[in-house]
Amino acid sequence: MQLEAMYQEVILDHYRNPHHRGLREPFEGEAHHVNPTCGDEVTLRVHLDGEGQDATVADVSYDAMGCSISQASASVMSDLVIGKSVKEAMAVGEEFLTLMQSRGRDVDADEDVLEDAIAFVGVSKYPARIKCALLAWMAWKDATARALGEAS
Amino acid sequence: MSLLPEELKKDFPLLQRTVRGGRPLVYLDSGATSQKPVRVLDAERRFYERHNAAPHRGAHQLAEEATEAYENARASIARFIGASTADVVFTKNATEAINLVAYVMSNAATAGPEAERFAVGPGDEVVVTEMEHHANLVPWQQLCRRTGATLRWFGITDDGRLDLENLDDIVNERTKIVALTHQSNVLGTVPPVERIAARAHAVGALVLLDSAQAVPHQRVDVADLGVDFLTFSGHKMLGPTGIGVLWGRGELLEVMPPFITGGSMIEIVHMDETTFMPPPQRFEAGVPMTAQAIGLGVACDYLAEIGMDRVHAHEVALTAYALERLGEVPGVRIIGPGTTEARGGAVSFTVEDIHPHDVGQVLDDLGVEVRVGHHCAWPICRRFGIPATTRATFYLYNTLGDVDALADGVRQAQKFFGTT
Repeated sequence: MQLEAMYQEVILDHYRNPHHRGLREPFEGEAHHVNPTCGDEVTLRVHLDGEGQDATVADVSYDAMGCSISQASASVMSDLVIGKSVKEAMAVGEEFLTLMQSRGRDVDADEDVLEDAIAFVGVSKYPARIKCALLAWMAWKDATARALGEAS
Repeated sequence: MSLLPEELKKDFPLLQRTVRGGRPLVYLDSGATSQKPVRVLDAERRFYERHNAAPHRGAHQLAEEATEAYENARASIARFIGASTADVVFTKNATEAINLVAYVMSNAATAGPEAERFAVGPGDEVVVTEMEHHANLVPWQQLCRRTGATLRWFGITDDGRLDLENLDDIVNERTKIVALTHQSNVLGTVPPVERIAARAHAVGALVLLDSAQAVPHQRVDVADLGVDFLTFSGHKMLGPTGIGVLWGRGELLEVMPPFITGGSMIEIVHMDETTFMPPPQRFEAGVPMTAQAIGLGVACDYLAEIGMDRVHAHEVALTAYALERLGEVPGVRIIGPGTTEARGGAVSFTVEDIHPHDVGQVLDDLGVEVRVGHHCAWPICRRFGIPATTRATFYLYNTLGDVDALADGVRQAQKFFGTT
């Protein structure tokens, strides 16, 4: 069974007990993202403390509907970005994107940077599921851009 | 139970392969696309090796042979649905066939008076159903947007049937066309086509039947259905991709303006005006998908040899067994009719507390290939308040063992995610 490689225990834990779930005030940016191939949805809010790239991600809250991978990813992502500066958090997002595009090949993924998100390496072997893992990250990026007034 | 012999699987090379580290393949996604018998593959290859040329142009020997093979394929396909050969139009797929009719209806406004009955505008209504595949919904939404007509639809009952309580209100003297599915690709539901068509014709509306999920699975005779247009795709019925069919009543095709224009659909071309060929050529611009048409013709012959009544009986038996085996699993909810009454072989279901993607992933790990998601019919999921479903679809090459593998796999998924 290759299932265990994909559904690592840490992923299932986040899926069963998601962190930071629910929509909260205050927030400066909100984004709604859909995965059109499966219908998974996430509405995500970002609350920033400060201005520009040095602002601190004070809170990320979300309402998500989808599979275990997309739910767990939203939970792991919010854990990772809250408390970091926007700049640092974006760098983590880039690292995660590289991991997800690795198709399971060895990449120099930095476990110190990715923490629990390293567990998604098994998902990267399944092209149809990569979008599931990236949905919340994309929504976060978009909501943050809105909070910074960079996007429409 | 009247099942087809299991040896049939041997006609399909792909079904012999293994997946995910040596698991025998259990293919339960024929509703998305079917596998191909070796005879269809051989026919396409033979065409390219021996007869390849552009049909309906040129006078050399190969052009003659290609034209003959292409038109023979049309004859086979017409025979398969009880149609006249001249009423069978080749398209890329069912989606394009539906778009063809929708665009003919907006093009009719600027065509001659003979096309008047196709013209739509503000005050006119177009009727669909809530259980349509996006291919038979979005083209009509867009037609309404282009012309100012109003889109109306039949809803779905809790048991997955069409809600026809307001039939006479929804289909009325303002209705120009009723476009509906012959068999839902998600629910398996077979709507009462004759009743709806009778009402549509009583008020002078046209009827288009999206038969993409019906023609592959049951005997279809266009003369019996009482509809004006019927559309289907070759790849869902053992044929190649890239070939579909629009059947239309001859007297309608005769007066329809073209959709896609260009070479081979013309009669006389001047710099400032052009006259068009009679149907079906009027609707087949450009060098056609010749090898694909030939492959589909052979697929029709293959299915006809087995007998569509036997194919249908086989699938009814598999569907009944699937409804029974899945119904026994605690937490499984069938989305769609719970019996085989007026129902085809698409079996959609949800598993309590496990998202369909995750169900599908466990099944895939076991070699059982099903479809997960909204199956290009998103409004159905909304209607039932679910994000997606897991869907198994059956064809002539599936076996009771395949159904067992599905039901066992669902139980494995429950075990894996710890929901039982």
